[in-house]
Amino acid sequence: MATATVTAIPTDTGIETRNYLNADYGLKSWLLTTDHKRIAWLYLIAITFFFLVGAIAALLIRIDLLVPQGLIVTPETYNKLFTMHGIIMVFLFLIPSIPAVFGNFLIPMMIGARDVAFPKLNLLSWYVFVTGGMFVMYAIAAGGVDTGWTFYTPLSTSYLNTHVMAAAAGVFIAGFSSILTGLNFIVTIHKMRAPGMTWFRMPLFLWSMYATSVMQVLGTPVLAITLFLVAIERMFHVGIFDPALGGDPLLFQHLFWFYSHPAVYIMILPSMGVVSELIAAFSRKRIFGYEFVAFSSVAIAAISFLVWGHHMFVSGESVYAGVVFSALSMAVAIPSAIKVFNWTATLYKGSISFDAPMLYALGFIGLFTMGGLTGIFLATLAVDQYVHDTYFVVAHFHYIMVGGAIMGYMGALHYWWPKMTGRLYPDRWARVAAFIIFIGFNLTFLPQFVLGYLGMPRRYAIYPAQFQSLNVLSTAGASILGVGYVIPLIYFIWSLRYGPVAGPNPFRAKGLEWTTPSPPPPHNFEQTPIVTEEAYAYGSGVPHSV
Amino acid sequence: MSDAHPHVAVAEQFDDAEQQHEAAGLGMWIFLATEIMFFGGLFASYTIYRNLYPAGFLAGSGLLNAKIGAFNTVVLITSSLTMAMAVHSAQLGRRKALIGFLFLTLLLGLTFVGVKLYFEWYHDYLTHVAPGFGFHPEGADLARIHALHAPLSAVELFMCFYFLMTGVHALHMVVGVGILTVLIVKAWRGRITRESHNIVEMAGLYWHFVDIIWIFLFPLLYLLGVTR
Ligand SMILES: [Cu+2]
Repeated sequence: MATATVTAIPTDTGIETRNYLNADYGLKSWLLTTDHKRIAWLYLIAITFFFLVGAIAALLIRIDLLVPQGLIVTPETYNKLFTMHGIIMVFLFLIPSIPAVFGNFLIPMMIGARDVAFPKLNLLSWYVFVTGGMFVMYAIAAGGVDTGWTFYTPLSTSYLNTHVMAAAAGVFIAGFSSILTGLNFIVTIHKMRAPGMTWFRMPLFLWSMYATSVMQVLGTPVLAITLFLVAIERMFHVGIFDPALGGDPLLFQHLFWFYSHPAVYIMILPSMGVVSELIAAFSRKRIFGYEFVAFSSVAIAAISFLVWGHHMFVSGESVYAGVVFSALSMAVAIPSAIKVFNWTATLYKGSISFDAPMLYALGFIGLFTMGGLTGIFLATLAVDQYVHDTYFVVAHFHYIMVGGAIMGYMGALHYWWPKMTGRLYPDRWARVAAFIIFIGFNLTFLPQFVLGYLGMPRRYAIYPAQFQSLNVLSTAGASILGVGYVIPLIYFIWSLRYGPVAGPNPFRAKGLEWTTPSPPPPHNFEQTPIVTEEAYAYGSGVPHSV
Repeated sequence: MSDAHPHVAVAEQFDDAEQQHEAAGLGMWIFLATEIMFFGGLFASYTIYRNLYPAGFLAGSGLLNAKIGAFNTVVLITSSLTMAMAVHSAQLGRRKALIGFLFLTLLLGLTFVGVKLYFEWYHDYLTHVAPGFGFHPEGADLARIHALHAPLSAVELFMCFYFLMTGVHALHMVVGVGILTVLIVKAWRGRITRESHNIVEMAGLYWHFVDIIWIFLFPLLYLLGVTR
C-alpha cells in the first residue's frame, strides 16, 4: 500500500514551509486572490455548497417516491424539486466540478507554469459563477421553478408563472464563467508549457481538459443565446418558439441540445482524464496506447457536437434526421471504448495497489461502461421509441453523471487532496466510503433501469402501485449513497487539522505536480522545471516497492 | 525579454513579453470564436424561419429602410478603416495620431448606434412594426404585406429577428464604444506606448469582428426585397 510508506509523523507537526495556503491570511487574501490554487479552493467550497443543496432536493424526491401517491410533497412541489435538483447538479456542480477545481489547481502545475495565462480573468470567472448561482438560489427561495432543467418551450415561456426568469438568468450567467474558464485553460495549455513539455509528454488529464475547454468555449454561447431568446419571448410575448404565434418549439430543443449534449462530455471527459492519471499511478505503468487515449478525447469533443438530435427522436424530428443522429450517437461509443480498453490493458501486469483513489477509478470504469452501453440502447431509434422519457433514461444518465463524472471527481479529490492540503486523510475510512458509494449508487439506479423498462415515466409525482417495491429499493440505495458522501466530508475536514503530513509525493506518482512540496509554494515551483521524459515514466527513478 | 518588446511590463505568470503577447492574441481569437457561436444561434434560427416563411420574411424586409441601412454600413466600414489606422499609429508609437483615430472611430460608432436608435428602431415603434409593442402595420406597410400574401405572424417573426440581431449587434457596438473610451483616456495619459500597443491591437480585433457581423446582417435583413 503506497500510503503505508509514509512513516508515522506526529499529527501535531504543522507544515512550516511557506506555501500558497500560509503565504497570506485573511478573508480578503482569499476573495481577491489571483493564485489558481486558491481559486480552485473558492470553487471547491462553492460547488460543495451547491452539491449539498442539489442532494437535499434528490433526497426529498426519493422520500416522496416511497409511496405511489407521494409521501411528503404536493405534485407541484415535486416538479420544483426535480427541476432544482437538475439545474443545480448540472449547471452549478457537474459542469464546474473537475474543470474549475482540479483544472484550476492542476493545469499550471502539470505543465510547469506559475499560473494560468489570465489570473484576473480566472478570479472574475469565479465571481461570475457565484453570481449565477445566487440567481438560482434566489429562484428557489422565492418559490421555485418547475420547467425541468431543460427549460422546454412553450412550457417555460407561456404556461408557467414560477421563477423561470431568475433560474434562466442564473444558468445564463454561470455559463459565462464556464466560457471564460475554458478560454483560460486553452490559452494556458497552448502558451504556458514549461521547456520540454511537448504535447505528447502531457499527462492525459490535460488532453481531457483541453478537449473539455474547447466544448465549453464553443457550446456554451449557444446555450446563452437560447436562454436569451426564452427570456425575450417571456418578456415581450413574441412567438420565437411559440407555435401559436408561428414559432417552432422544436427549434428550441435543437438549440438547447446543441449545447446540452456536449455538456454531458463537459462533465464526463474531465473524469476520464482523472481516471487515466489514477490508473497509471496505481498500476505503476504508462497508460497503454497513450496517443489513442489522447486523441479519443479530441474525437469525443468533435463528435459530441453532431449528435444532439438523439434527444428528439420522439418529438417530431424527421425520421431521416433521426437515422443520422442515431448512427452518429453510436459513433461516440468508439472513442469511449478505446479509453475503457486502454485503461484495462494498462491494468494488465501492472503492480496494482487499491488505495482509495484507485477504487474510485475502477468504479468509474465499471459504471461508465454500463452507462455507455445503455446509451447505445437509447441511441437505437426503435428502442428509444419505448424507453424515451422513462426511468431507463434517468438511470442511464445517472450512471454517466454520478457513476462516471462524480466517481472521477471523488477519485480526484482523494488523489490530489494531500497535494492541495499537505495532509493525508485516513485511507481505511476512504476505502470504506468508496465501497459504500459504489453499493449505494448501484442500489439506487439499477432498479431504475428496470422501472423504465417496465414503463414508469420520469418526472411524475405519482406512479402505479406495482412499481412501489423497486422505488423503495431505489430510495434505500439513495440513503446509503448519501451516507457514502457524508463520510468523506467528515474525514476531509478532519484531515485539514489532524491528518498526518503527506510530504511532496505520498503516492510515489509521476508528474510535475508531485515534484513540488505539498502544499505547493505560491508560484508552484522554485524554478521553472525542464521536462525530459514522457508522462507516466514509471520504472525510472521511482522505487517499485518499499 | 525579446527584442521586439523591450520595455513592456510582463505579468508574473509569463516568462517574457512575447509569450504575453501571444497569449493575449490567442485568448482574443478564442473569445471571438465564442462570439461566432453566440451569433451563430441567431443566424441559424433566422435561416430556419426564413425557409419556413419566405413571403413573411420578404414582406418584413420591406418594412426596413435599406438606404439608412446602407448609410450605416458605410459608417461602420469607415470606422474599421480608422480603427486599423489607430492600431497602425499605436505600433509606430504616434500618440497624437492614435488619439485622433481612436476618437474618429468612437464618433463613427456612436453615429451608427444613434442612427439605428432614432431613425430606425424609434421609427419602427411609431409605425407599430416593433414586435412585442402592439405589432400592427398600417397603410402602405399593410398593403405590401397583403400583396405578398404573407401571414402577419411571420412578418412579426421577421421583425423579431431584426430587432434581436441588430439589438445584440448594437449592444456589442456599445461595449466597443466603452473600450474605445478607455483606450482614449489611456492614450491621453501616455499609458499606451509603442511597446504596449497590444491592447489597441486586441480592441481592433474586437471592433473589426463586430463590423463583420454587420456585413452579414445587412444583406440578410435589408436586401431581401428592396422596396424603398
Ligand atoms: Cu445526448
